[in-house]
Amino acid sequence: MSSIFSSVPTAPPDAILGLTAQFRADPDPRKVNLGVGAFRTSSNKPYVLPVVRRVEQQLADDPSATHEYLPQDGLQSFCDASARLILGADSPALADGRVTTVQALSGTGALRVGFAFVANFISSSTSVYVPKQTWSNHRNVIPAAGLPRALEYRYLDPRTGAVDIAALVEDLDKAPAGSIILLHGCAHNPTGADPTQPQWLQILDVVKRRKLVPFFDNAYQGFASGSLETDAWSVRTFVAAGLDMLVAQSYAKNMGMYGERVGALSVVASSAGAEDAVRSQLKATIRAMYSSPPKHGAMVAAAILGDEKLFAEWEGELVKMSARIMDMRVKLKAALEKNATPGNWDRITSQIGMFSYTGLTSQQVTFMREKYHVYMTANGRISMAGLTDDTVQYVADAMKDAVESVVKQD
Amino acid sequence: MFRQTLFRHLSRPLPRLLSTQPSAAFAPAVPTSRFAGVPKGPEDAILGVTVAFNADPNPNKINLGVGAYRDDVGLPFVLSPVREAERRIVHAQHHMEYLPVAGSRTFVDKAIRLAYGEHNHHVKTGQVASIQTLSGTGACRMAGVLIQRFLPALDGGPRDESPLVLLPNPSWANHAAIFRDSGCAVGQYKYYDPATKNLDFEGCVSSLEDAPDGSVVLLHACAHNPTGVDPTPEQWAKLSAVLKEKRHQPLFDMAYQGFTSGDMEVDAASVRRFVDDGHRIVLAQSFSKNFGLYGQRVGCLSVLTDSQEEALAIDSQLKIIARPMYSNPPIAGVRIVEEVLSDPELERQWRAEMKGMAERIISMRTMLKGYLEELGSAQNWDHITNQNGMFCFSGISKEQVAKLRDEHSVYLTENGRISMAGVTSQNVGYLADAVHKVTK
Repeated sequence: MSSIFSSVPTAPPDAILGLTAQFRADPDPRKVNLGVGAFRTSSNKPYVLPVVRRVEQQLADDPSATHEYLPQDGLQSFCDASARLILGADSPALADGRVTTVQALSGTGALRVGFAFVANFISSSTSVYVPKQTWSNHRNVIPAAGLPRALEYRYLDPRTGAVDIAALVEDLDKAPAGSIILLHGCAHNPTGADPTQPQWLQILDVVKRRKLVPFFDNAYQGFASGSLETDAWSVRTFVAAGLDMLVAQSYAKNMGMYGERVGALSVVASSAGAEDAVRSQLKATIRAMYSSPPKHGAMVAAAILGDEKLFAEWEGELVKMSARIMDMRVKLKAALEKNATPGNWDRITSQIGMFSYTGLTSQQVTFMREKYHVYMTANGRISMAGLTDDTVQYVADAMKDAVESVVKQD
Repeated sequence: MFRQTLFRHLSRPLPRLLSTQPSAAFAPAVPTSRFAGVPKGPEDAILGVTVAFNADPNPNKINLGVGAYRDDVGLPFVLSPVREAERRIVHAQHHMEYLPVAGSRTFVDKAIRLAYGEHNHHVKTGQVASIQTLSGTGACRMAGVLIQRFLPALDGGPRDESPLVLLPNPSWANHAAIFRDSGCAVGQYKYYDPATKNLDFEGCVSSLEDAPDGSVVLLHACAHNPTGVDPTPEQWAKLSAVLKEKRHQPLFDMAYQGFTSGDMEVDAASVRRFVDDGHRIVLAQSFSKNFGLYGQRVGCLSVLTDSQEEALAIDSQLKIIARPMYSNPPIAGVRIVEEVLSDPELERQWRAEMKGMAERIISMRTMLKGYLEELGSAQNWDHITNQNGMFCFSGISKEQVAKLRDEHSVYLTENGRISMAGVTSQNVGYLADAVHKVTK
């Protein structure tokens, strides 16, 4: 008997993950991995936050700790604390009881459950708009959840490396009422270009005018600027406007808990009364996908969020991690100016978060990989976390050679 | 075509929001949220039991709705090799980097060896596609989506966009939702006979023979949930032959390997029989019960193939399913399993304590039946010891279930399903007495 799956085609490999594999296989000692989406220390090592380690030790030492199932919507103390973290403890939406928060499988899981909820309980033909430059997996999650393929709104001005707010607003002005607008709360991936506060207000304006439904993806709260408050400003401003919206959170980067898959989804309603029904349907969606979320990471996160001392320690870690990123930005820009690489490199320090859109073309990216063994994604995105004091100048010199040798294409 | 329709009608479409507009009779002064019209989903029956149990002040109360193992004093049980593994893991100060999309290769290799045996040809030659999953539910969901996307028509015709997955009647309550949300159609095959409280084997065979050729047939490898009724080895052999003849696709859900009889090999016998008979099975595995890792969501999906190329192709498609669902699976639980299985002493302890759990359940079955007979019950309680695993389909009626709750503070679901994990040597006498009183 042969398998029913004998003619299943091989799927195309994931671009980013393929890059990591290629990097690993490269024997050149000079190689630098700027494709990595995780924080690295100044010695280029993965980093587990000391506060996270300490909580894990406590859990392992606690004889009363068990592995019992969480409820479908996750650890309640984690969900409540998570909502307060992103919305603010004094959020009017929380005071009104208009927020339904469930634990999710990191940011991806929060997005997936949120979009599935919209598809199943609002309308399966809801339009979703994503920024033209966005995390590649966004475009996979949306149709997988049962919605039509995502549409785009213009985002980056390639000449400045900053947000092209006029084009953005122009595009959103054409979106039908009820469309979901995916917004990166801070530290836009892949460009690092965030709207300024006045630009956020312009976006809020068109969202209100066109009756659009924002879906905020928050993968970097605290990690971007070092301040949890600052990085939540966009979300809180929109919530204060009293809109229907969805909010995804990931603790992969800001708590360094990548593989634990810790996240949350909040559905914020503009009027009270829907929470029970919303929760019951989120739970049903989750139940048919994985029954209930993993316990370990949520326990750690809940402990940190719920204890003043641990929370303060965590805030200190955020300052340190974001400072290292900023330090690499400053040094890379200085190195590019020092070796007189053609072009304006202000964007390296005006962009924020882990990633920077260098403006390099895919041909220049290939050149850097082949000649210098410097790896980055084809769109010219570099992960600042992949840089160290030892490699900054090398990378800057490689970029100079790429810009000068390879005529801009793409 | 008619038969397909017959089976298809059992599949319930997802509830849809009809209108976000409030009715004309009620026009609120303030604008309503777009989420205001979301209908409330049905109550979770099992949760309802637990809520009622928690609220009951009776010191003799018993919760027979619990879905996780309890020890003989009614407490959750963390296996000692699991505790030791956790200590070692924390001590080793591992990183928390993302796992690959397909999860931990080390874990998946160990999982499929446990399921298929060390000497299985497919495992040894790489002719098995596999992926780490969010426990058994996640594995079933991955299987459902793989089937919906790629199950070919039997004789080269156009594919069915909603392939039929047949579940035993009854099955775990969540199975239907998982496969429907995967985009499959869901039907049933006869399984449990309430008159005998045993397998309706003839009905089972004939309903599988009546089903459209090439249906996907979900089989509980051991310890059928919720009935505890499993086919005998001879019956499994016959089912294997029927599925072969009908070209049905076996999809095994194995949530209780090792937890049922206490022995991993014995509990995998049905799976291995089908593999030996040449079926290219799809297998969903959970490590929730046999490792007691419930909330850490440890599972594995595997698909037997005819070649390595095929396995790699299916692997690639499984990753395509996983990435937009959760990107990559959680690391904490699989690290514990790897740690235990990489140390012979910890592995020995695991097997011994898993056996201990199975044996406690079996002894509670024996005691409960024994007490009922001693009390002079006129009912036949053989099924208590004939049935396997955590659950017992008691045959207690809805009315009797209500009486057990209201008059004796004994809590179980309306269908009469008893979780034997909730029975202890302390409460089994009280339980027998209560059951006898409501059933005589």
